[in-house]
Amino acid sequence: MAGFLEIFDVYLLEAILSGILLGGVLALLALGLNLIFGVIDVTWICYAELIMFGMYAMYYLVSVYHVPYWAAAPVAILAVAGLGALLHLLVIAPLLSAPPINQLLATGGVLFFLQSLATVWFGIDFRNIGIRLPVLALGEMHFSYARLLAFVAAAIGMGVVYVFMKKTYVGIAIRAIAQDRQIMVLMGVDTRRLYLITSALGGALAGLSACLLVLMYDVHPFVGLSIGPITFLICVLGGLGNFVGGFVAAFVFAEIISLGGLFSDLEWGYVLAFGFFILMMFIRPAGLLARRS
Amino acid sequence: MNLDRLSFAVAGAVLIAVPFVHRDPYHTHIFILILIWSFAYTSWSMMGRFGLTSLGHGGFMGVGAYVTALLWNHLGVSPWIGIPLAMVAAGALALLVGYPCFRFRITGHYFALVTLALSGIVLQVITATRDWTGGSLGYTPEATKGSHLAALQFTDKTTWYLIALGVWAVGLLIWRWVDRSMDRYAMEAISEDEDAAAAAGVNVTFEKLKITVISALMTAFAGALYGQYQMFISPDTVSGIAVSLQMVFAAVVGGVYVALGPTVGAIITILLAETLRIGFGTKAVGWDNLIYGVLLVLFIIFLPKGILGSILARIRLRR
Repeated sequence: MAGFLEIFDVYLLEAILSGILLGGVLALLALGLNLIFGVIDVTWICYAELIMFGMYAMYYLVSVYHVPYWAAAPVAILAVAGLGALLHLLVIAPLLSAPPINQLLATGGVLFFLQSLATVWFGIDFRNIGIRLPVLALGEMHFSYARLLAFVAAAIGMGVVYVFMKKTYVGIAIRAIAQDRQIMVLMGVDTRRLYLITSALGGALAGLSACLLVLMYDVHPFVGLSIGPITFLICVLGGLGNFVGGFVAAFVFAEIISLGGLFSDLEWGYVLAFGFFILMMFIRPAGLLARRS
Repeated sequence: MNLDRLSFAVAGAVLIAVPFVHRDPYHTHIFILILIWSFAYTSWSMMGRFGLTSLGHGGFMGVGAYVTALLWNHLGVSPWIGIPLAMVAAGALALLVGYPCFRFRITGHYFALVTLALSGIVLQVITATRDWTGGSLGYTPEATKGSHLAALQFTDKTTWYLIALGVWAVGLLIWRWVDRSMDRYAMEAISEDEDAAAAAGVNVTFEKLKITVISALMTAFAGALYGQYQMFISPDTVSGIAVSLQMVFAAVVGGVYVALGPTVGAIITILLAETLRIGFGTKAVGWDNLIYGVLLVLFIIFLPKGILGSILARIRLRR
């Protein structure tokens, strides 16, 4: 009995730690979406599809054109950043004065479009980048280097965004816009330019997520459908546009998925997380860190 | 008024006569699909027209289809009882998700994302309980030999056409009933300004819940009917986010604010998909959604009232 408990605890610890690692990646995913929402007040339903394109970019650069991973990553990040800016210019900008829900639906159209474009261009095969990172053994626990790398890169990415938002002029302007949309125009800030920069930044974060996710998962045209919902849930749980809330929510979610997956199948981890989400909507509808009004 | 009634009677007679005059099984199949999906899209628009943009209807549809089929296969419960039970389940789900949303004023983006979570949950539950539901591989209700009224299984496409036509017509009647009720004015007031509506004595939470439950019940019924007709359901065809978005798309293209808008949307989307499929075969995989996506964006930017909505608005202007 004692031996059973010991083994069990090791698994529990392993699940908790891999939950933290997963949380780092989820937090990065949520950050990009939160940024877009906080500043432009738009939800990109197709956010995960941007990530999917980034993953394909990585796959083609690394596996087909044999570009080294470290050189391919910046290219993919820039490409997705461009995609984000393009999305803003073509779809969001004409709809800025329309009801918010129309913008959300229009990006839903982009979701369909990107998904099918990937199907038409790349086919429906599952593709793997073919980089197998070793597994780190820590005592009796096992962690994949891919997750560890993803966690570290996500943390660095978030740090860079934090410094950018706190220290640079553009970052301060972006935060100011998130606080008051009308006043900033009167202060002589070019909102169109800032919106474009924010969209590109959101795209770049999606690109960074893509570079990390491609190490852990296969790419296929519908991969977005498995990444997207969880990202939205985290953002809503943390309070849309609330960066810190999204960060906390990402780790809470990751732990629920990881621990739920320990006791049963991984899908039940997700079901638990979704159930927790609905429950939290009753208790804290405006987000985990919001004050009740 | 009499002229209106006459034209309704003629249109109805023509629609009923179609499968008897034009006996092409493939075309009848397409008509049935259009009718069933039109009903589903109409159910979505019941909420959508009042600014309650739900991305969770794939969830309701999945509950309708799977509960009916599971009860039939595992417990031998006839769909005549199973479908109402499935609708009750979907209604309960709608209450469970709707109540906190409406009570705590979750609207717009938030509502869309919370309901999106709902379709995610239903999809995950179907996949996770694969021992019973077959998971992502899909599920087949056990077939009886030949047509059976008790099992709601018919081999004859004409029967299905008439059933689907009846259901579609009932869907339009429900639309008309809501359209002429006080609830419509209450809901329109709510979608304009919740606080003002509440101040004017509208019970905001109750009105929203009412329309949401009606919409969820109809959607679950559509899912069950689709399962009974196709005799095969999979998470991808009746549940999940893709189905939810597909509903939104078709309804928006046809026109959310007019009774026949979702029907027009269904005709356009299904004909487009079928034309591409026949014209290009397997090469067309993905192209229909590609075109949908571009159209959806263009429609929301340039024609937010949808095709039928814009045409009707123009005719009214001319008068």
